[in-house]
Amino acid sequence: MSRVATSPANAIRIEPARETERIATRIAKIVFEEFKRKGAVIGVSGGIDSSVVAFLCARALGKDRVHVLFTPEADSSPDSLRLGRMVADSLGAPHTLEDISGILRAAGCYQRRDDAIRLVVPEYGEGYKSKIVLPSMTEAREYAIFSIVVQSPNGQIKKVRLTAKAYLGILAATNFKQRTRKMLEYHYADLLQYAVAGTPNRLEYDLGFFVKNGDGAADFKPIAHLYKSQVYQLAEYLGVPEEIRRRPPTTDTYSLEQSQEEFYFSLPLGKMDFCLYGKNNGFPAADITEAAGLTEEQVERAYKMIESTRKATRYLRSNPILISTTGEVG
Amino acid sequence: MPDLQHELRSYIVENYLFGQDNGFQDGDSFWELGLMDSTGVLELISYLEEKYAISLESSEIIPENLDSIEKLTHFVSRKIAESTASPVAPGVHFPGANQ
Repeated sequence: MSRVATSPANAIRIEPARETERIATRIAKIVFEEFKRKGAVIGVSGGIDSSVVAFLCARALGKDRVHVLFTPEADSSPDSLRLGRMVADSLGAPHTLEDISGILRAAGCYQRRDDAIRLVVPEYGEGYKSKIVLPSMTEAREYAIFSIVVQSPNGQIKKVRLTAKAYLGILAATNFKQRTRKMLEYHYADLLQYAVAGTPNRLEYDLGFFVKNGDGAADFKPIAHLYKSQVYQLAEYLGVPEEIRRRPPTTDTYSLEQSQEEFYFSLPLGKMDFCLYGKNNGFPAADITEAAGLTEEQVERAYKMIESTRKATRYLRSNPILISTTGEVG
Repeated sequence: MPDLQHELRSYIVENYLFGQDNGFQDGDSFWELGLMDSTGVLELISYLEEKYAISLESSEIIPENLDSIEKLTHFVSRKIAESTASPVAPGVHFPGANQ
């Protein structure tokens, strides 16, 4: 990758022009030469990652060979569709809106989720909103385990620690959302003879913050090697609309607004970015404290968390494993 | 206490090592061995609360209490002792609780 400097604080920065050129060249080669597909489908959520991937694909393949897909559902923020449209309009790329609420309802997504929530919040029902949260790593000494925050129709908020059964029930139900989105992306890929672009950044890919065979599925993942701050650098260079660049990263999966930090990373993304970079590049914790704005002990905890999360999420990143090799088809 | 430790060990080996302890020691750290993720901790908490009729506060869900068989044994036996000092749910079985 094209880097600017070598000190811990600066080394994470890239040269956006060179990196864009490198990624775009690779995307064109993958899609046209390796896969023999005519373009790329990108599910655009109005977030920074999918927007950058759409801009990169348009640059690599041409805007007319990019198909932007919007897949809102009942719990989506209206901002997601509005900002997604902003991406497609900025690019002048073809796009389709598919509201997936009906599919999710038919699959029992919302019902199964609400049943699981009622295991720990029996009164949960019509008009309630919810989200799952983790304690912040900078504050908590305890294990990072999930709680659910529910808001009653009259606005009362309550936080309850989840049981394993409730947590797994909620997770298994809400994962329908990412898998349904991917099903539709492949529908359009089949229809147009396109490949599907994945949108995880390095934090998400490395730490397993994706749904297997949901948003984790794709034919290529053009920004999976980039730290979050590098994605922001590219976004600015590529001209991704400022409102998207300023939007706090959200999961847009739960009915109460939920940041990625409280759902998965336990640290603000900028800080986690530095910790992951530091760990990957062999920096002692003490060298990262200033850049990350954390104490040495907090960086050490982040390093340990990264290690244990990697182990725990290996299954998510693993491709299907064959019992014997089949050399003929690679 | 030895009964409790044995029972907790059986649960951990069965559920997190799939029945194969491979030299796993009672002082070994679950965290360092990558034995359980956050879901695994939730499972452990549910098991302890149901099996021993105890209730864990958030402040107690820390490695100092839960990160090895030995730590678990000390923690659970203390919790059981606390709960027997106050009114106990009838019919609850907790081996080794009074040893």
